[in-house]
Amino acid sequence: MSIKTHLEILPGSLRIVLGAGFVALALFPFVATDFYAQMVARMMILGIFAMSVDLLLGVTGLVSLGHAAYFGIAGYALAFLSPQDGPVNLWWSLPAAVGASALAALVIGFFVVRTKGIYFIMVTMAFAQMVYYLFFDNKALGGSDGIYINFKPDAVAFDLGNKLAFYYFTLAMLLAVYVFLRRLLFSPFGRVLAGIRVNEHRMRALGYGTFGYKLAAFTLAGALAGLAGYLGAAQTGFVNPELMGFHMSAHAIMMVILGGMGNFAGAIVGAFTFEWLLHFFQDLPQIGSFNAGKHWQLWIGLFIVLVVTFASRGLLGVAARLVTRKDSAQGSAE
Amino acid sequence: MSDVLLAASNLTKRFGGLAAVDDVSIDLQLGRIHAVIGPNGAGKSTLTNLLSGDLPPTRGRVMLNGADATGRNPEQLSRAGLGRSYQKTNIFLPFTVWENVRLAAQSREPHLLAWLKLANNFRSINENAERAIELAGLAQRRNAVAGTISHGEQRQLEIAMTLATAPRVLLLDEPLAGMGSAEAERMVQLLLKIKPGHAIMLVEHDMDAVFALADRLTVMVNGKVIASGTPVDIRADAGVQAAYLGETAYE
Repeated sequence: MSIKTHLEILPGSLRIVLGAGFVALALFPFVATDFYAQMVARMMILGIFAMSVDLLLGVTGLVSLGHAAYFGIAGYALAFLSPQDGPVNLWWSLPAAVGASALAALVIGFFVVRTKGIYFIMVTMAFAQMVYYLFFDNKALGGSDGIYINFKPDAVAFDLGNKLAFYYFTLAMLLAVYVFLRRLLFSPFGRVLAGIRVNEHRMRALGYGTFGYKLAAFTLAGALAGLAGYLGAAQTGFVNPELMGFHMSAHAIMMVILGGMGNFAGAIVGAFTFEWLLHFFQDLPQIGSFNAGKHWQLWIGLFIVLVVTFASRGLLGVAARLVTRKDSAQGSAE
Repeated sequence: MSDVLLAASNLTKRFGGLAAVDDVSIDLQLGRIHAVIGPNGAGKSTLTNLLSGDLPPTRGRVMLNGADATGRNPEQLSRAGLGRSYQKTNIFLPFTVWENVRLAAQSREPHLLAWLKLANNFRSINENAERAIELAGLAQRRNAVAGTISHGEQRQLEIAMTLATAPRVLLLDEPLAGMGSAEAERMVQLLLKIKPGHAIMLVEHDMDAVFALADRLTVMVNGKVIASGTPVDIRADAGVQAAYLGETAYE
């Protein structure tokens, strides 16, 4: 029997690399053009979203194919809360939007968390499609065209309309969510979620009410997806049903698998890599009559197949293997 | 008898037309080991599953610590003081021995909202886990990954996890399955050590171990109890010898 070990505890040298990556993110706006800073802000938002998916997928072992619903609901909440003629206050609209996503996840989770395996996947997808069409078919909810958000939320102390301020606010959120989830992972609650992933039957025999734990994880993941969705809507100034669509959910799962499941750092790495690859492949040149850029999804698909085949623990798993090999090589030399 | 912690009466479990367990009654007393023996397919594991809440009985009643526990699920029964081990090793393979047992101990004080405190920093949980590991003789292996230790050690771990939930009633489903003779002897010693504080049901094929450990024996064939009594009675029972014990017990 093979033992699938998740990379939970990150090797010391990898932590240094991640710390350096964070410093690079903090310095990035000073060296990059506005366009690239915006792009990286979007990557960070997707990083938060991917981490929320990882809480279910990598930690608890729940494959939700409908997680984008909670991303979109908070975005729509911001759209509805914003008046036509001015901004809405950030400090109450953000908790309200996150709360709306959490509530939706709690209610939907109450039904889906009872199901297992393939049924869980199908039911999460079905609920997300219901939410999608609820917005898509209702003119009052913006319909298929979506809704514009004309003003960025008002943060009072600073101006989110300023691209630099928005960038650093997003970076702070990314870091806060990461630190919170890392801490949660090694808390009693996080250990129970990991136990459910590995062997839920045994957890129940040990006296754990796994339903409550899974519902709590599902709700928390919905809330964090909502945080990302709020930021995403605030950044683009626009929401439409595609935010809640199947593609959005599937992309988030690909990000987590690409980066490496179960440690949240992988989710961030995966989100950045996925977005970068997307731009890279879309910009591929025309070769004769073959437009390589138009088929970006094909290349991204190929890349993910390669990663899953040759590095099942994702890019972070590859990095961890490289650094631990170097560590042990140094150890034996001493 | 006031020491009866678990009393099952007239338990029946039907799968379609087949009665896997047919009108079985069994009592478990504090400080006693009640062994259940019988050939393969006799219904021993189904009986264990009925008592642990993994399966609901078709008919019959289970009393746990004087309260009706019929039809309750495994989580509720575990919290009510019932622990079980599994015939097929059922542990958390990717976790260390320590984390397996610690997680079991944590179930007694879940700390539902301690989301920011490290799981390793709860003293009473750690003490309970430490005691269970010590008792099961796994102190040397506490940092090994559960999937990499020997089969016998995994069986010991199974017992350590069950003990860490501080149960009063223990259902042990073939704890000696697949063990070498040295490992089996160690397991017998372990069971003798934990016997005083628990009411134990032991399902086992190893007759040497059964007769070394059991205070009472129940013999099942085709879902029915064909004999129940002290080891001496069972040895002398002609029906049991014909149906099951045969030569194996006297080799």
